[in-house]
Amino acid sequence: MPERAVPSIRRIGHTTIDIVLRLGYAARFIVLTLLHSGTSFRRFGLIIREIYYTGVLSLIIILVSGLFVGMVLGFQGYHTLQTYGSESALGVLVALSLVRELGPVMAGLLFASRAGSAITAEIGLMKATEQLSAMEMMAVDPIARVVAPRFWAGFLSMPLLAAMFSAMGVFGGYLVGVVLIGVDEGSFWSQMQSAVDFREDILNGVIKSVVFGFAVTWIALFEGYDAPPTAEGVSGATTRTVVTSSLAILGLDFMLTSFMFRGV
Amino acid sequence: MERSMLDLWVGLFVCAGVGALLILALKVGNMSGYNAADTYQVYAQFDNIGGLKPRAPVKSAGVVVGRVAGITFDNDKFLAKVTMTIDKRYTFPKDTTASVLTSGLLGEQYIGLVAGGDAANLAQGDTIKLTQSAVVLENLISQFLYSKAAEGDTKK
Repeated sequence: MPERAVPSIRRIGHTTIDIVLRLGYAARFIVLTLLHSGTSFRRFGLIIREIYYTGVLSLIIILVSGLFVGMVLGFQGYHTLQTYGSESALGVLVALSLVRELGPVMAGLLFASRAGSAITAEIGLMKATEQLSAMEMMAVDPIARVVAPRFWAGFLSMPLLAAMFSAMGVFGGYLVGVVLIGVDEGSFWSQMQSAVDFREDILNGVIKSVVFGFAVTWIALFEGYDAPPTAEGVSGATTRTVVTSSLAILGLDFMLTSFMFRGV
Repeated sequence: MERSMLDLWVGLFVCAGVGALLILALKVGNMSGYNAADTYQVYAQFDNIGGLKPRAPVKSAGVVVGRVAGITFDNDKFLAKVTMTIDKRYTFPKDTTASVLTSGLLGEQYIGLVAGGDAANLAQGDTIKLTQSAVVLENLISQFLYSKAAEGDTKK
């Protein structure tokens, strides 16, 4: 009996050490990326190119999902609020839930699955086809040339995408609430404006999206850079990117929310 | 050619993102809040503030004239002390009444100011003397029950 228990115990220990090792490697990786980002800011064209691939190409999915989430919020919120006779508060419900919560989180999840997976696959394939090693041979630092521009592109795109998601969602809520159902337009906007605070709600939402952008891009880059240089390795890394960054977004969201909105 | 098209798209993307932020700030939120510079603070003491919260509006005749800056408990008088910041554009007589009111049946609570007839106006740091506490539902119900019981007694 003890003989059979030993391998499984050994496996637990091995997995734990592996996780801690990867965490440390990931931390060293992000520090190295930040240290090497000076070059990518001097060649800003690289960042522009990556913003195009991570930000601009994610635009369609962000805008369309924002619109639909806002419209669904309009329907559901109206359904609940009208039982209390306070359907004029629909604007408040739509705006607050989007700006504080759904905008950053949904945009982060979509960003992780749309842009994060692409980043991982790209870098993983670069590694598998030894393009990264080739760069090193030419005395080009792959972290400065490949990783850092992608990091800053993701970091800059994410808050903009989240803001667009929220704005589109509010528009969707307006379409359903005011245009379709016929909630009074004046009270929709005025109640929203009196309830949504710039610093308390909007700025905290932006902070959330900045944190999510940092986390998702970091995870995506690291998984790609650390992927085993095989077809299976790259596909596994891509899957891990989506899973880990989704979990990271939700976990970070809980932490940030409990910090930000504790006393309110 | 490729280069400039890319730049154009990224530029548009950044403009749209900043535009969305501006829309959120101006159309959805209330960027035009009250600055500390053009307000003055007055205090009021209440027996019971009910569910009043900091940042709740201070209204007079239904118009928002200020905000509740803070709520503290006065341990000498055992009363709630509410600090209000009121826009400098609006002045109120010294004998203004402040009452804790509720907007709608389930709405948020706010402070309503009803002006009195005094010639002197409230200034920075003044305390409103006349206050009316929040309506507590339990007290209202018990009052109603007592008056009903009293009615029953007189009928017999």
